[in-house]
Amino acid sequence: MENKVDWKKYLIVFFITAGLFLIAGYLSNYFSDKKIAQLENIQDDIAIDILSSEAQFALLQDLSCKTLSGSVFSGELRELGTKIEWGEKNLGLTSDVSYLKKYYSLLQIKDYLLMKKISERCGVQSAFILYFYTTAENCSECEKQSLVLSALRDKYPELRVYSFDFSTELSAVEAMLDIYKIEDTKLPALIIDEELLTGFHPIEELDSIVQKSFKLQEKPIETKTE
Amino acid sequence: MLLFSSLIFYALMFLAVYIQIFFFVTFLENKNKILIRHGKISLNDYPGVTIIVPCWNEEKTILKTVHSLLDLNYPKEKLKILLVDDGSTDATWSVIQKFKNYPNVEIFKKENGGKYTVLNMGIEKITTEFFGCLDADSMVDEEALVRMMDYFAKDKEAMAVTPSIVANNPKNIIQNAQKIEYYISVFAKRMLGFLGAIHVTPGPFTIFKKQVFNKLGPYRHAHNTEDMEIAYRMQKNHYKIEYCNDAYVYTNTPATIKKLYRQRLRWIYGFINNTIDYRDVLLKKKYGNFSMFTVPAGIISVFTVSFIVGKLLVNLVDFIIHKIVKFQTVGLDLSLEVNNFDFYFLNAKPFVFLTVVIYALVIFSVVFGHKMIEGKWKLPIHIISFFMVFSVVAPFWLMAAVYNTLLSEKPAWR
Repeated sequence: MENKVDWKKYLIVFFITAGLFLIAGYLSNYFSDKKIAQLENIQDDIAIDILSSEAQFALLQDLSCKTLSGSVFSGELRELGTKIEWGEKNLGLTSDVSYLKKYYSLLQIKDYLLMKKISERCGVQSAFILYFYTTAENCSECEKQSLVLSALRDKYPELRVYSFDFSTELSAVEAMLDIYKIEDTKLPALIIDEELLTGFHPIEELDSIVQKSFKLQEKPIETKTE
Repeated sequence: MLLFSSLIFYALMFLAVYIQIFFFVTFLENKNKILIRHGKISLNDYPGVTIIVPCWNEEKTILKTVHSLLDLNYPKEKLKILLVDDGSTDATWSVIQKFKNYPNVEIFKKENGGKYTVLNMGIEKITTEFFGCLDADSMVDEEALVRMMDYFAKDKEAMAVTPSIVANNPKNIIQNAQKIEYYISVFAKRMLGFLGAIHVTPGPFTIFKKQVFNKLGPYRHAHNTEDMEIAYRMQKNHYKIEYCNDAYVYTNTPATIKKLYRQRLRWIYGFINNTIDYRDVLLKKKYGNFSMFTVPAGIISVFTVSFIVGKLLVNLVDFIIHKIVKFQTVGLDLSLEVNNFDFYFLNAKPFVFLTVVIYALVIFSVVFGHKMIEGKWKLPIHIISFFMVFSVVAPFWLMAAVYNTLLSEKPAWR
């Protein structure tokens, strides 16, 4: 029996397979771009909200504080943060994502400053935590600290946590690092009520600090009706 | 390290897609040549055929097996049946006494020595030009033999013809899953048949020309997969193996995960070790598609599954560690992350789309295999059982076969 090998077929199948790989790569890029676009949209919305609150604040200087109860819903900023974090791990478009991350850091700083001004002017109790972590090296303490802060945020809806990647190359972030004298050897770092805490802090400790500093109320249980 | 792992992953992915596309292109090339006959056919000449039935503790199934042979649409005087009790410890020997007065049946008893010893004993006694074996857990369709013999009549080069094996009367999810797998196998075998690249001549009812054994020697132990080894040996010697897709053989499939696991462990172990024994035929043009496609495709499957299992294990360990850290840091978290479902978080990496391609082609092979056997276009519902059972259990027997090969531990027959 003669064993024939049809090389042409092997080659054709190779090209079809390569073609499918190209299509898969193209689809993957297409969806990644869509996701980046979605992030950009959220950021633009948040930017407009912050700008608008700033403008409102400037206009209404000494008028009622009621209308200025909050700039952006912190939920939106948080959602953006989660999506950027996921994007960093999964989208693989590092330049696009790191650009978005810078923008996100800037939005957080603006929101923080505005909220601080509002709380001073209107005498509202502010509840902010500035959180510095790093992704440049493996920081297991940072991962644990993030989990703790997430849990705290769930517990106290009024608590705002602004998180900054130490390795973000942005002058505004670097300025904050300077002001609070944050060093990369002492991460994670937290600023609560102008006080610097370095290293990992467990949830019980932070919970009592947060309660003492800000006199926050726990999130009411939603099913409770009167 | 991560980059290296991604590179290997996509290289294996490329090969996996390549294999499926190769099957599909072969299908497109040959789809008009797939012969499916209905009803009885007759031959101009009926050559003598001997069928050996090795029995080892088969008291429950042997009667049906022998009756299916006696009912074959083939002249009785041309068909000889040898029932060989391979040292059974149950009532097999007394059950087969029933056939001792049949003119074309002979019964023998020997000490237990394994299936290949039964076949070799049978081969020595054979006086007919053709010879086949039927495992005692299988039954043949009435028309199977005559349709297979028609291939020999039309193609003088054919040295062996293998039938379509169908799962007999599946009852539970494990057996229904296998039924689907046999459809895939029917499709794949038909394509390999067109390529002249069949790598196994299954125990249930492959018919050989006796001269194969005269020239190539008797069956070997071959890691308990003598039916694979003889096919490798035939391919190495350029003997043509045909596939007769409309000759149906119904085989009893393992009914429990444990039995299925044992059977598959034996098959995969046999594949790996026969391939190692015959490594010199690999990727050599003179051995045709068998050497360029079938065996490499099998090896790639073993590697791909091993790699994916490894990757999944690493991910699983990561996931568990993350959950433990989370539990230690913030306590038990009962909130369901599904609440925040968002299309944004769906994975859109290239491998996702390639996996869809692979699944689509596998599903096509199920549908077409079903069409070849049952005659209807339909997506069988038990494809769900198939994906459930095989995606969960197959990695285990595959890894066990690799492990046993590395440590030279031989799996038992059952």
